[in-house]
Amino acid sequence: MSTLLIKNGRVMDPANGLDAVSDVLLRDGKVAAVGAGLTAAGARVFDATGMVVTPGFVDMHVHFREPGFEHSETIESGGRAAAAGGFTSVACMPNTMPVNDSATVTTYIVERARKLSPVNVYPIGAITKGSAGEELAAIGSMKQAGIVAISDDGRPVMNARVMRRAMETAKAFGIPLINHCEDLHLSAGGDMHEGMESVRLGLRGIPGCSEDVMVARDILLAEVTGVKYHVAHISARYSVAMVNFAKQRGLPVTSEVTPHHFALADTDMAPYDSNYRMKPPLRACIDVEGVTEGLVNGAIDAIATDHAPHPGSEKMQEFERCPFGITGLEHAIGLALEKLVHPGLISLGRMVELFTVNPARILQIPKGKLTPGADADVTIFDLDRPWTFDVNQSLSKSRNTPFHGHAFRGGQVATIVGGEFVWRLDGML
Amino acid sequence: MSLLGIEGLARPEIEAILHRAKDFQSSTAKLDTLRNRLLVNLFFENSTRTRTSFEIAAKRLGADTISITASASSTSKGESLVDTLNTLGAMRPHAIVMRHAASGAPHFLARYLPTPIINAGDGTHEHPTQALLDARTILDNRPSLEGLRVVIIGDIAHSRVARSNVHLLSKFGANVVLCGPAPLLPPQLASLAPHVSLTYDIREAIAGADVIMMLRVQLERQHETPFPPGDYFKFYGLRPDHLQLAKPDVIVMHPGPINRGREISSEVADSKRSVILNQVENGIAVRMAVLERVMGA
Repeated sequence: MSTLLIKNGRVMDPANGLDAVSDVLLRDGKVAAVGAGLTAAGARVFDATGMVVTPGFVDMHVHFREPGFEHSETIESGGRAAAAGGFTSVACMPNTMPVNDSATVTTYIVERARKLSPVNVYPIGAITKGSAGEELAAIGSMKQAGIVAISDDGRPVMNARVMRRAMETAKAFGIPLINHCEDLHLSAGGDMHEGMESVRLGLRGIPGCSEDVMVARDILLAEVTGVKYHVAHISARYSVAMVNFAKQRGLPVTSEVTPHHFALADTDMAPYDSNYRMKPPLRACIDVEGVTEGLVNGAIDAIATDHAPHPGSEKMQEFERCPFGITGLEHAIGLALEKLVHPGLISLGRMVELFTVNPARILQIPKGKLTPGADADVTIFDLDRPWTFDVNQSLSKSRNTPFHGHAFRGGQVATIVGGEFVWRLDGML
Repeated sequence: MSLLGIEGLARPEIEAILHRAKDFQSSTAKLDTLRNRLLVNLFFENSTRTRTSFEIAAKRLGADTISITASASSTSKGESLVDTLNTLGAMRPHAIVMRHAASGAPHFLARYLPTPIINAGDGTHEHPTQALLDARTILDNRPSLEGLRVVIIGDIAHSRVARSNVHLLSKFGANVVLCGPAPLLPPQLASLAPHVSLTYDIREAIAGADVIMMLRVQLERQHETPFPPGDYFKFYGLRPDHLQLAKPDVIVMHPGPINRGREISSEVADSKRSVILNQVENGIAVRMAVLERVMGA
């Protein structure tokens, strides 16, 4: 095992209340020390002058498509894209083929990740068998095999009784339940956010209330069951308000938002361009303000990308036939800086918290801190370097993002997992 | 230059088409304006009148035409829309007339295909030549569109005819009143263009109307619980007594095909106030003007 000394960076570690120009010493896969003027004989030195050095970023919501959809993404390619985006840990959703609803599939993912992924991969198990919304999946066995949460992401449990039983089970096994909140009857057949733009384009609407009613239901059930409940990719303003309400009542309710939901509104869509097609859809400007406010006031705890790769063949169709979802790992930091930090809406420390200690705390994983003895996962980024995202350079297998050609100010510089570089902007691994 | 919709079309372009269509109204003589030019009619959705109208318009201008319907094409063999169009594009037509059940399908293709595309109806979005022929028909009965009260009644939410007409009429200063059952009349329609208002009450809508446009009840596009058919005619069907509320010289229009007894009574459809067959006739003249503009040398 090697020793790596990161010198002179602005070290931000919200969990330890640290924000100072300092050094970080990593040894044998662990954080050895954080402080000014550190030295270590024989250590490899990385000069982080002018850069921000933080605990490794955690993306609690990705789709790596393996097993079953390896033409879209694999645990290996997704892991590389995550590393290139500055992430050191990800949690992958269970909507694979087969669905991750058994210890067998969980073990497969864990083993593949151990062999092939440069970043830590935490599987999320299904709530119900096949995510069909009827019978509970083997939640306990999956937990023993390594899942950190349960979710039927993309196919939300519509039956409130099944959801209640799932919450009770999650509570008993001590893991959080994450829901993709969408009342499937209200959103049936929808292509984009219901509003002026959907009416103008003649596309069917996915109303904001299809999210709100399920968030409301779930918060009530969360109070009944006492489960740690997490709203995935929150997008509608009333949903944010209800999460705030739940928090005020002291419930263990948390939420995440994707960069695209705070960066874009339905009016920013290029008409009928499937790179803008995702669930939840890009919402109205007032909803973008709502989630931004949630990031400021604490209703929202984490930024997660919902990285959802799809191959070009599936995205090159009539808008209404294209699958939902966009890739997101490699421009998440750039978007957070551009839309939240540079305009002064949130502090840099708050941004780091949203990407590190908060998602780690929700998933109850030992990450997100630079405490001596912690895993040596570190993200290094800068704040002012101009760069342009080129989707053709992406390490993901898929190209479906609306941010191709987007100019950013500041972004990831290096990613370190277990004390080793897994990605560097300068390519010098 | 494609014709994808009315929304993006400037007023002078619309005026030029309507003006040129007038030249084509009186004669059925065959011209050679588009001789040696090839038009492909590609219909992914059933249509008799629009496809025939485009074919006749092209033939009157001397163009060669091929008509393909989806069931006969390779899309049923799993070929993607892009590949189908690329294949046709490689056969070097001068324009493609396209109808498709998906909103935005022609807009999507126009980004990848160099051949000009004429939108003959895309899903629930636009049907630009219908709005042009409707405007031509109104102008055959009124000196100008400015200040007219034009009422469109029916399933507005799912109507591409309504959207194109709203954009066109609004650009020329007509007051457009949209009327239909609440689930088929989303409130956002009022902001689609200037001078648009909404009402659920057919009598209020028709009061003082210059033009009444009825829409077909499009059962195939309704994904919702449908409005009960009996109630539909009772509340939104056009009957002779309604015409008393309108201007005495009101005209009644319908893009066809009409469902007698569902959205319009036979008495009204066959009355002197009905210009439904004039619309069909104008369809050819307007499409000639459009083809000449898109395909002309």
